[in-house]
Amino acid sequence: MALNCRHVWDRISEYIDGTLDPGVRADVERHLATCEICSAILDSTRNIIILMADDRVFELPLDFSQRLHARLDEVLQHEHPEPV
Amino acid sequence: MTAPEALGTAPESGSEAVLIAAILAGDREKFHLLILPYEGQLFRTAFALVKNAEEAEDVVQDAVLKAYRKLASFRGDSKFSTWLISITLNEARGRLRRDNRAIVDSLDEQREENADFTPAALTDWREIPLAALERQEIRALVQQAVAELPDSYREIVTLRDVEECSVNDTAQLLGISVALVKVRLHRARLLLQKKLAPQLSRVAKDALKPTKPSTKRSLFGRLSWL
Repeated sequence: MALNCRHVWDRISEYIDGTLDPGVRADVERHLATCEICSAILDSTRNIIILMADDRVFELPLDFSQRLHARLDEVLQHEHPEPV
Repeated sequence: MTAPEALGTAPESGSEAVLIAAILAGDREKFHLLILPYEGQLFRTAFALVKNAEEAEDVVQDAVLKAYRKLASFRGDSKFSTWLISITLNEARGRLRRDNRAIVDSLDEQREENADFTPAALTDWREIPLAALERQEIRALVQQAVAELPDSYREIVTLRDVEECSVNDTAQLLGISVALVKVRLHRARLLLQKKLAPQLSRVAKDALKPTKPSTKRSLFGRLSWL
């Protein structure tokens, strides 16, 4: 089936996740092969997802880990895990 | 492969089960090791809900203490990371409820009906390499775009795209259907594309501009992305 741009936009997320039916995926790919705008939308969306997953974007506060383990230590020294 | 696990990477569930058994048998110090790989994940999850670094840190501390106390109730039918995230989500939600800041799905749904999910049309997208994240400007743009998403979209994007949980785990953690996760994830990604793609594209063009040797630019400027 020939898809228009709007049809392709509606399927971008599932296309990226690889969860489209093979037939629909082939239709999307046929459209992408000739549509510069949809290709750029796909590439930019995928690029943004890759950037978001990088640990540098949402960095931990300074000494976050030290404070967490210090607080944990206070409890570990005095408490056992609760029995079920 | 028998290479030792690097710090900060998720261990195999087998070695986790060994650690958990040791902790429950009295080797309590091992709990430090058990949670080490997940600290960042828990912080980002809490931050997505409470939207404040200091508060997110408190949420994580409380959640980790709770996980230690309740460790014997972890049955291993979900991944340990999913169990930790679910405790963290509950802690964060509890706090929001106490302060009357609870995420109200119906409000987001109303907004969903009126929102425009048309992506930004660009014809000249140039890939932004991961190395570009060394620049504070780029990190800030991504943080800001995620922060501005409606609450229920931010939760989903954080679990699915930042923490890389599966769609099924995300649905289980949020107590919503897989279909709703997919719809919200799709819309959230398009909203992010619409906001971020033009901004990143502009920064990319500036970064790739050739610089004249005579102009006073920093080393970073001359090395384009880096």
